[in-house]
Order: sequence, then C-alpha cells, then structure tokens
Amino acid sequence: MPYPTDYKYTKEHEWIKADGKSATIGITHHAQESLGDIVFVDLPKVGSEIASGKTFGSVESVKAVSDLYAPASGTVTEVNPDLATSPEKINKDAHSAWMVKIALKDPGELNSLLSAADYEKFVAEES
Amino acid sequence: MRYLPKSPADRKAMLQAIGARSIDDLFSPIPGEYRLERDLKVPRQMAESEIVDWFRERSRENGDSYASFLGAGAYSHYRPVIIDSLISRGEFLTAYTPYQAEISQGTLQAIFEFQSMICELTGMEVANASMYDGSTAAAEAVMMAVRVTGRRSVVIARSVHPEYREVLTTYAHHQNLPLSTVPFEDNGRINLKGLEKSVTSDTACVLIQSPNFFGSIEDTAAVAEIAHKKGAMLVVSIAEAVSLGIVEPPRQADIIAMEAQSFGVPLGFGGPYCGVIATREQFVRQMPGRLAGQTTDRNGKRGFVLTLATREQHIRREKATSNICTNQALVALMVNIFMTIYGKVGLRELAKQNLAKTAYAASQFSKHAKLLFAGAPRFNEFVVQTSEDPVAINSRILGHKIVGGLPLKKFYPELGNASLWCCTELTTRSAIDTAAGVVAESERSVSAGKEENDVQEVVR
Amino acid sequence: MKHMTRKATRHVNQNEGLIFEKSSPGKAAWKLPPLDVPEVDSAALLGTSERKDLGNMPEVSEIEIIRHFTRLSTWNYAIDLGMYPLGSCTMKYNPRVNELVVRLEGLANGHPYQPEPISQGALRIIQTLSDCLLEITGMDAITLQPAAGAHGELTGLLMVRAYHQSKGAPRKKILIPDSAHGTNPATAAMVGYAVENLKSNAQGMVDVAALTAQMNEDVAALMLTNPNTLGVFEQEIHKIAEIMHAKGGLLYMDGANMNALVGKVRPGDFGVDVMHLNLHKTFSTPHGGGGPGSGPVAVKRILEPFLPTPVVIAKSDGTLGLDYERPHSVGRVRAFYGNFGMFVRALAYILANGPDGLRQTTEDAVLNANYIRKGLEGVYDLPYSTPSMHEVVFSDRLQAKKGVKTMDLAKRLIDYGFHPYTTAFPLIVPGALMIEPTESEPKEELDLFVEAMKSIAEEVEEDPQTVLDAPHSTRVSRLDETAAARKPVLRWKPGS
Repeated sequence: MPYPTDYKYTKEHEWIKADGKSATIGITHHAQESLGDIVFVDLPKVGSEIASGKTFGSVESVKAVSDLYAPASGTVTEVNPDLATSPEKINKDAHSAWMVKIALKDPGELNSLLSAADYEKFVAEES
Repeated sequence: MRYLPKSPADRKAMLQAIGARSIDDLFSPIPGEYRLERDLKVPRQMAESEIVDWFRERSRENGDSYASFLGAGAYSHYRPVIIDSLISRGEFLTAYTPYQAEISQGTLQAIFEFQSMICELTGMEVANASMYDGSTAAAEAVMMAVRVTGRRSVVIARSVHPEYREVLTTYAHHQNLPLSTVPFEDNGRINLKGLEKSVTSDTACVLIQSPNFFGSIEDTAAVAEIAHKKGAMLVVSIAEAVSLGIVEPPRQADIIAMEAQSFGVPLGFGGPYCGVIATREQFVRQMPGRLAGQTTDRNGKRGFVLTLATREQHIRREKATSNICTNQALVALMVNIFMTIYGKVGLRELAKQNLAKTAYAASQFSKHAKLLFAGAPRFNEFVVQTSEDPVAINSRILGHKIVGGLPLKKFYPELGNASLWCCTELTTRSAIDTAAGVVAESERSVSAGKEENDVQEVVR
Repeated sequence: MKHMTRKATRHVNQNEGLIFEKSSPGKAAWKLPPLDVPEVDSAALLGTSERKDLGNMPEVSEIEIIRHFTRLSTWNYAIDLGMYPLGSCTMKYNPRVNELVVRLEGLANGHPYQPEPISQGALRIIQTLSDCLLEITGMDAITLQPAAGAHGELTGLLMVRAYHQSKGAPRKKILIPDSAHGTNPATAAMVGYAVENLKSNAQGMVDVAALTAQMNEDVAALMLTNPNTLGVFEQEIHKIAEIMHAKGGLLYMDGANMNALVGKVRPGDFGVDVMHLNLHKTFSTPHGGGGPGSGPVAVKRILEPFLPTPVVIAKSDGTLGLDYERPHSVGRVRAFYGNFGMFVRALAYILANGPDGLRQTTEDAVLNANYIRKGLEGVYDLPYSTPSMHEVVFSDRLQAKKGVKTMDLAKRLIDYGFHPYTTAFPLIVPGALMIEPTESEPKEELDLFVEAMKSIAEEVEEDPQTVLDAPHSTRVSRLDETAAARKPVLRWKPGS
C-alpha cells in the first residue's frame, strides 16, 4: 500500500492532509495492519478542540485499544459518519477512510511532521 | 490427603524426572529465613463426616426453622428444586470464565439468555452478565453515569437501601464525587421538590430505588422528568426482583442496577448474590462487566462469545470502565433458571401472591399500630411504627420461632420505633396473625401503662 | 490429528436452541400453593404502577428446562472432565462436601439481618475462617467483605489511601510491575491513584535498582504479585519491602498465586503490609463459569483501624457480634458481610486438609508445574529460566516461525482433550503460554498433557494448517469475534 506523498505522517501512525486552513486526519495503513480487524472508533464531537500530540480519540480491535494522537491542533469541523457503522472501512483503505476534519489553528505545525518517504523509513526501522 | 491424586512413588518418580533431590529443592527460590519450618496452626485434618457434623452444628446455631419477616435487600422466596440439580452439574460448577468460546458454549448461551430475560423484565436494551451484588451494581452504575455525562455530582434518595448508600459513599469518596441526599415524603417516596432543588447542571445522575427501602414504589416518571430536564441520568436500583412480575419497570431510567437474589438465590447470610446492570444500547461502551454476544463460527453456525472486552481491565487496564473481573456467574445461572421456570405467567402470579400476603399483613398490623407511608403503592414491604421499642417486641415474637421486622432506628432514627416488615409467598397467615398479635398486645400494654400513669397522676 | 490422542474421544452433542425458541403459551414449570389470605386486586393496589405484560419471557415445562440446561452443560469443558491449566487461575478440584455443607438449612436460609443470638453459627464460621487465613498469611487482621479478587484490591488500596491520609496526605502513585494482572492498574485508577509502571529485570523479577530509583514520598504502595505471573518467586522480596518501608510506602501483595505458598512461607513474614486472597483460587471454591469469588483482605496491625465495617468481635458474654463503631474505617465495600457461601466452602476445604494437607497441596502444585516445565523444555521456548513455582510460562517463539501463535496452539490443545492454558499473558512475554496445573492433576494426566503439547509442536512443523484451523472436534469451530464486536447482538429478540 503506497503512502500518499501529499499527506504528512506522525510517529504514532496518523496521517494528515492539509488543504489551506483545513485538514483531514486518519490512521495509516501500517497502523490498521498492526491493529487487525477494527471494530470501533471513538471520535470527538464536531466543535471540540484537539491539540497537537494529545489524544483525541481511540480505535479498537477485538482485543486492543489504541489512542489516536492529533497530528496538529484545531477545531473539529466534521466527523466521518461512516465509521460509526462500518469501521472495517479503515482496514480496507486506511488512507481514504478519514476520521475527522479540522480547522487548523496553525498550518505551520505540519512542517515538523514526517513526509511519506520518512514515514516509510520509520516504519521499516520500527519493525 | 484425599484430594491429592498422587502416590509417594509418583512423587518420587516426578522429582527424579525433574532432577531434584527433594521437594525442598523446588522451594529453594524462597529465602531460607522466611521458610516456614513448622505446621500451620489450623485445625487438624478432618474426615468428611466430621466436617459435615461441624457445619451441622453451626447450622443449628444459626436460626434454622425460624419463620421470618425480614427483607430489606435479602428476600426469602421458594427455590425450585431443579435450580440446584442443574447448577450442581460439574460442567457449570467447575468451569472457568468462558474465554475459550468453543468449549464454553453452555455457559455463554446461558449468559446470553440471562441478558435477554433481564432486558425483557427491566425494559432496558442491554444487560451485563452480572455484578457482585445490588449494592456494588448501584455504585458502579453511578460511576458509569459520571463517565457518560462527564459530570461530577450525584443525587441520592434517602429511601435507597442504607447499606447501598454506604457502599456508594465509599466508592465516590476517593474520586471526590460530591453526593447529596434527598429526603422522603410522608408517603415514603422521594421528595420531588427537594429533588428539583438538588439537581443542577453538574448532576451526573439521580439514584433512586424502586420499590424503595420502605417498599414504596417511586414515581419514576416524575423523577426522570426532573433529572432529564437538567441533563442528568436516572439510575434506578431494584433490590426486590420479584416486584418486576407485577410492578411496571422504570422504563424512563437510563441505567437499572439490580439485585437479582430474589430469583432463586439462597439468603445465605448475605451472599453470594447477583447484581446486574442494564441500560440503553447507546451507553453500552461505558458499561462495566462481561457481556456475551451472538455470532457465527466458520461454518455459519450460531454461537456465542464474550464481546466488547475492550471496556474491561484485562485490555484497557487503568482506563477500564471498572476493575471487575470475577463476577457472579453461577448465581446468575440460578437466576436464569428461576426466570425460566416462572416465565411470563408464573412470575406475575408469584408477584401477585407477594402482594396479597403483604396487603393482608399490613391490614392486620394497622389495626393495632401505625402503618407509615400509606399514601403510595407498595410491593412486599411496609413500615410499622409501634409505641414500644421494636427490639423488645421482636424478642417476644422470637419466642414463637418467628423473626420480626427489621428495627429501623439504626438507619432512620427520625422514624422512632419503626420497623420494616416483609412478606413473600412463603409467609403464612398464621405467622402474620401471631406477629400482629404480639404487636397488638404490646400496644395494649403500653396504653394500659399510660392509663395507669394517668391514674397515678390524678391520685397524686 | 497426527497422533491418536489418548485422552479425548468424541461424544454426541445434542443440538439445542435458545430457550425462547421452545416457548409456547400455556406451558408452565411452576405451581403456586393456594393463597391462605384474601386475593387482592392488583390494579386497585398499584394503580398506574401495575405491570400488565412481561414481554417475551419464556413459557416452558420442567423437563424441557432440565434438558435445555443439561444439553448446554455438555458443551462446556470443566475441571470435573480433566486438566484445566489456566495460569494464575488455580483451577483445582472443587470438593463436593463443600457444596453439601453450604446448603445446610441454617446456613443457606440465614438472613443477614437476623438477630445476633440466632446468628452465632454464621459468625463462628466467619471467625474461624478469619483465624485460619490470618495464620496462613501471617497477617494481623482481616476482612472477608470483598466479593472477588479485584474487589479485594479495591478494598486494600482504599485502606492504603486511608492510612496515608491519616499520616497527612494520601500520596499520588501506585507502582505496578509490567507483569501484573490488569485488575491492578484498573483498581489503582478507581481509588484515584496514578499508575507508574515498574520494569522487570532479565530474570523476570522486580528490578530492585529501578524500584529504588522510582520509589519516593509520592508513592503510596507497590502492588506485587508473588510468585509473580511468570510463576517466579521474588527472591529479593526482603529488599523490596525495605525499599518501600524506608520511604514510608506500603507493600501490597496480590494473592492470586498464593497456591504456591500456603504452609511453606507466609507473606506477613516477608514484609507484606496488605494483601488479598482469592478463595475461588487457593481455597477451592468453584469458579462456576466466572464467579462467584471471594477476596478477603488481610493486613498488618497498622492498617487494622481502616478495615471495612462491620467486623466480627467476641463480646463480653462470650458470644460473637458485629462491630459497626469503627470511626477510621474506609466504609463498606458491599452490602451485608460478603460472599458468605464462599466462606463456608473455603473453611470446609481447610478443615479437610489440616496443616499437613495444606502443605502437601502446595508441594504437589509446585511439583506438577516443574514436571511440566521439564517435559516441555526444548519443545517450547522458555523465555525466563528462573526457577518456577506453581506455574510455568513458555512462549510461541519457535512455533511463530511457522505462523502458529499461542492462541492457535491453545485451540489445538482442545482437540487433545484439554482446556487451554492462559494465552498471551503476562504481557512481558510475547506470545505467552502460561501453564498452571495445580495439585489436582495425577501424574498420568500430566504425562498426557506433555504428550499432547509435544504432538502439537510436531504438527506445527509438519502440518501447521491443521493447528491454525483448530479446534476440529468441538460443536462450533472458531467463532467470529470481530463480527460480534462490530455489530453486537447482546440479547434475543422475537424473529431474530
């Protein structure tokens, strides 16, 4: 599964795609693979604030729970409604099954995140 | 030792296989200074017959063959014989928690049926596989409401079982959850005006019991309206499960915390009993305790597994919904079998008999003493206020091999000489008449004493 | 199956639907006696509170209920059928005399609020069991109120907190080794403590240097399981206790593995301040498919004032009574006095054993675990070579190379007639196989178990798919847990 080059990545395995002052967030293919079958996603409500590096939700498989860490700070503007009923979409295509959209507080925050190439290297080293 | 399946030769051969000279070699990791070199000072090994004799004696010292009017969270109902026949099967009795689903389908399907029947009876959408008892179920239900609402304070009716309130206080204390208590009215129900004042925008939930500790059935619709108006949840504790046969369940509740002991579980001097939490589907992920769910195997065959385990301590550790692990599974199986035996019609008829016995007893007692909280419907308990201390009256009733109602002074000093009486289908008319007779005599002698005093006043 | 298994055979399982599917109106398994008081009009008595209908509750006859639950029971594995080597669960024989004595009328029908003069039998049982447990643990005072192990942990930590509070401040943290059972951190959180992880050393024991570095005046207690979940006795326990006590902290012992110690060593003698016991593990009360348990908490003298109310006391007239006047108590943790029925069973077990039986029991439990260890060493990877007490932990490292994990091996073990060991725990061993045979297994059963495990290891080499598809002999094959969690079906509904 290729890692889109227009996304940025975190070492906690989230991706973020910025579009001007707004951004879309999800988890990486590698993250879904190590979690296994995802059964539930716990996401924040529209209007809530998330902060870079802090947890904003969690994702669950049958026997594990992983916290989600925000790649950037901002206000949640949209939550993917499909994931409540079909969390398996993340397993099928993690890079299109987005979780939340946010209004970025500071688009500059993304500069410190990993590029697709750096992330792939990081994953290879980690395993 | 008769439980140990090894001969001296077996032990020797095994030590040899391991390469140990003696059993003490295997205990060498324990520092010598701590090893116990003497016998434990516990009673000597007894034969089975001696054990049975010893406990028979304890049983005789424990009020066997007394009739009783005690309820207050522990109820004496008839237990059909097949409950013990079935739960004594080794496959139920000596199985562990059903983590290996393929060889635990019996336990798992039974839990699924238990959850289903609890839902039918409570009007809730999901029920768990059990909690320790009614008191801890109530405390955990309150903690659950705190998680769901993100609010901190808790409002409790004073008519909730006093020991349940004590347990909740213990649980809430170290989490710094402020508790406030709402008094009851003359009809035994929670004071709605007081409740309205106590519920604020920081209230996580209101906890009531219905039928409450005095046996009065609360107006749960009115309580729910007050709680919900402020965004608080309503938690209802049900301690007398048989009431569900004839009393409308609190459908407006958000969480029901039950004690199911009445359904086929022996009184057993207070335990083991069977707590249960039931709630709406939307709150299931904040629910504590195990849940069985239906699924299919690789061939499409129906089967059952423990599910939504990410809520639990073995996965979520310090972020779990509760630390509960071991629950009351075998007791829940007793409850399950009891519910199956009585079923849709029997449970209602059983509850109706409780109602009839209680109505008769209340009418007999009220001829001689004051019946408190008469203004609201009740199930199988009622409170009697006497002129004399009920402890003294009870000691005379005890002479008839009958245990009288529970004196309430310890829990509710404001009620004076009040005691809580309970009748079930097992209570006989003759026991009621005998006890009511002793109360009548007490009232007569008190008023005679009063008259005598009055006469003495005049003479003086 | 590569080798014909000597233990298991197939038997016919009856199919059986849900009880609701057998229900039809007019069937009944109940009969009430005629009323000896006047009938009542429930509508008049209850008004709008009257319930008119009980929904989809079943209506079935007695023989159907007997068959229903008997058939379900045959789908379960149980100690009564064979070895049940779940690690840290102590699945030992549940003596039947225990079940008889708990049903004696005065004990089964005793009401918790009946007057003390007619409760002397129950109070005597509570006191006698308390005395025995204090002697076994070497502690000073005890409460039997907690309903299970985790409930005991809660009670113990509440007392720890109350103790520190009495000294000025409750402190902030609980230290918990990374090998601990999940209830430990969950309990600490419930009592309002932060959890700090303590790393194990290369021998699988508490790293004393790390403990020294992490211990300070913010730490309320260390929660230690001993022997720990690797089945390893903490050999530096005296240092651990000293380090805790030197900084005013307390040593909490999770007694889940007490079956390795009874009659051989007493926690009170090696520096433990507070501990819980699991009567459903060490003291033979049945697990019953997940409960009930009982989790007494024993403490040193310094913690006695904080015990939950009430406690049993001897009164001046020589009778026993309940004392509620305890101003420093942490309060109640449960209504009434705890799971009394479990007290009766545990005491019957102690009386059946006596001091010699209890010691022999512990010795046999440790002997059995070491015998299995010897039998499987080399066949399965042993991540820690530290001596084992009552249980042994292997890993699936060798078999994982063929894509076979601990859970697959466990499922295959079912086909050989055994209940699996504990899988994937403790967390410090990736792919753990945690095996606790208990004292209840004869040598023959242990030999069969070792033979089965060896045979499975061979199958992994020659035909891993057979193991991956196991179990093959059960009524249902592996169940879809993912589907169960994604779209939970938690109750029966008509038409479903």
